[in-house]
Amino acid sequence: MVLKTEEMTLNMGPQHPSTHGVLRLELQLDGEFIVDVIPHIGYLHRCFEKHAEFMTYPQVVPYTDRMDYLASMYNEFGYAVAVEKLLGIEVPERVEFIRVIMGELQRIASHLVALGTYGADIGAVTPFLFCFRDREKILSLFEMASGARLLYNYIWVGGVSRDLPPDFLRLAKEFVDYFRPKIKELNDLLSFNKIFIERTANIGILPLDVAVNYGITGPMLRASGMKWDLRKDDPYSVYNKFDFDIPVGDGRMGTVGDSWDRYYVRIIEMEESLKIVEQALNQIPEGDVLSAIPKRIKPPVGQVYGRVENPRGELGYFIVSDGTVNPKRIKVRPPSFVNLAVIGELCKGHMIADVISVLGSIDIVLGEIDR
Amino acid sequence: MIYEFLSNITGSEILGAIISAFLPLFLFILPFALIAVLLERKVSAHMQDRLGPMRVGYHGILQTVADILKLIQKEDITADANDKTLFNLAPILVFAGSYAVFAAIPFSSSYLGSNINLGLFFIIGISGIVVAGILMAGWASNNKYTLLGAMRSAAQLISYEIPTIMIVVTILMVTGTLNLKEITELQSGYFWNWLIFGGNVTGIAKYLLIPFMIVGFVIIYISTLAEVNRTPFDIPEAESELVSGYHTEYSGMKFAMFFLAEYANMFAVSAIVVLLFFGGYHSPFGYLGNTFGITWLIPIEQLLWFTFKGVGFVLVQMWLRWTLPRLRVDQLMAVCWKYLIPIAFVNLLIVGLITLL
Repeated sequence: MVLKTEEMTLNMGPQHPSTHGVLRLELQLDGEFIVDVIPHIGYLHRCFEKHAEFMTYPQVVPYTDRMDYLASMYNEFGYAVAVEKLLGIEVPERVEFIRVIMGELQRIASHLVALGTYGADIGAVTPFLFCFRDREKILSLFEMASGARLLYNYIWVGGVSRDLPPDFLRLAKEFVDYFRPKIKELNDLLSFNKIFIERTANIGILPLDVAVNYGITGPMLRASGMKWDLRKDDPYSVYNKFDFDIPVGDGRMGTVGDSWDRYYVRIIEMEESLKIVEQALNQIPEGDVLSAIPKRIKPPVGQVYGRVENPRGELGYFIVSDGTVNPKRIKVRPPSFVNLAVIGELCKGHMIADVISVLGSIDIVLGEIDR
Repeated sequence: MIYEFLSNITGSEILGAIISAFLPLFLFILPFALIAVLLERKVSAHMQDRLGPMRVGYHGILQTVADILKLIQKEDITADANDKTLFNLAPILVFAGSYAVFAAIPFSSSYLGSNINLGLFFIIGISGIVVAGILMAGWASNNKYTLLGAMRSAAQLISYEIPTIMIVVTILMVTGTLNLKEITELQSGYFWNWLIFGGNVTGIAKYLLIPFMIVGFVIIYISTLAEVNRTPFDIPEAESELVSGYHTEYSGMKFAMFFLAEYANMFAVSAIVVLLFFGGYHSPFGYLGNTFGITWLIPIEQLLWFTFKGVGFVLVQMWLRWTLPRLRVDQLMAVCWKYLIPIAFVNLLIVGLITLL
């Protein structure tokens, strides 16, 4: 007798503990093995791009915060870079330094969430809480500077909303000294844990050619072995003044481009960000941060594409101006959205538990994917 | 013996036996489960640089009481598509299966639910009922996540019973009895008589036994971790994959039954490890009761020693849970079939040869 077997469809999400928000994954299963993964998005759509057409240029800034809510500072940073490119204005050097400090602290905070939740997805809850404990310190610094802990509205077009508070530089230096040993702690607890390596090495291998074809950017692309970072390759702000390395995946525990590489690239990136923050804190010049903020932003007719290296990859703003105070169109190139597209390729042939492992290593933020 | 005492009071042997079998449940395990839940939350909190429950009572000591009160008041949801009979029966079966284990466990020389000759056999058999309960829960919930959780759980529990039983058989060869009280009495005296140090075997055989007993202890401890679904083997209820496994669809008191059963199980397997390897209720040094000539003090001391050892292993379980990530389901099976079972089997053969000496 031949037993009839069929594939099972399993809906993972939108209410599921580890889809990192409201993502729905439609899994085609053969037993516990994945045949296909289809991501369904749009549960968090808030019409950011349409909204932006009815705002003046400065009014868009708080909305950019709400896209990638784990890297709000960097969204503002990217928007400011794009609009300044459109306007053709120079900002004071102190402003650029403040932006770099904030941006890199934000990168550390964002990576801490990514690494911590990744650990929690694999089943290690303690590293998750350790990461959040350290992230808390960065959020306190941001709160000091901007008054908010998640959605800052700090980096404005042409400047920052207010100068750094008097104690900020000292506390930021203290944080840098505090945080260095914590990376080692995370390595001891999670990165080199045998079980963790078993779960992540050789899982979800992303070959470089596939990564390039899909337009993957950020730590995911670097984990696949390509040294591509907009901070070095298309420098914006004052990044060319600092000395830092771009980590790439080397397949230390398995194959180049596996989940462990994606995880570990982020760990090294945190160290490099600390380096940048330290240098920036030592070199920051005095000056006025508000002088370059235009009274009325009315760019000439034209279009511009401004891009920055967000913690998740290339964040681009394509802005079309029709010469009025409102942008005609703002199109965002979200890194998470592009990175998520490859999940079907990564999961095929693995087990259900590996979907979680792969999804966590992509590090998505649904606020940005759905906008 | 409590059983004789109760039989005399009630005037009926059956009534005495029933009451004495239920006593550990109400006197020990229910309060223990309440305390263990709180302990877990506090231990995990302090491991993770936080405070844990702080609001209900001093440092949150009444938190679990409040939680249970909340669970009792909650609506007991049964979805339309559920298989009602199995859905209602499953928590009872799991609860009964894991609590029945305590009927045969000697807490002290005079406090023992039921002195069964096949005590060890009874424990292994009765805890097998839990698998049926879990499968029923997963199937009756009519949910793919619970079904996957239940399947994994059944596969895991059955696989890990094999190394457990092999180690139990090695113990059997050394002690020659399945009666848990007799096994414990064989380990009386100082800690040198515990089975992990070869028990009361004499001569060169004792020293030969020690390394293999330690191997046996490690194997049985790992497999009991898997049997109570604790990290790194908490795959059936892997919250990041299967929401919470086979009991996802349960709410209110039925959920509480699964929850309490889990914590009771933690102590049950620790108790088995203590009984088989660490002298059961025996003190490692001797008794204050003997020193001062107060005989009624000895059983109380024994109960304290037993609780102390058992809770010690429960704490190790918690420590592991909050340190390690989780294995994948195929890796879990590989650990069992590729490593634990062959090692346990070789261990069994060698211990057999040594006992023949």
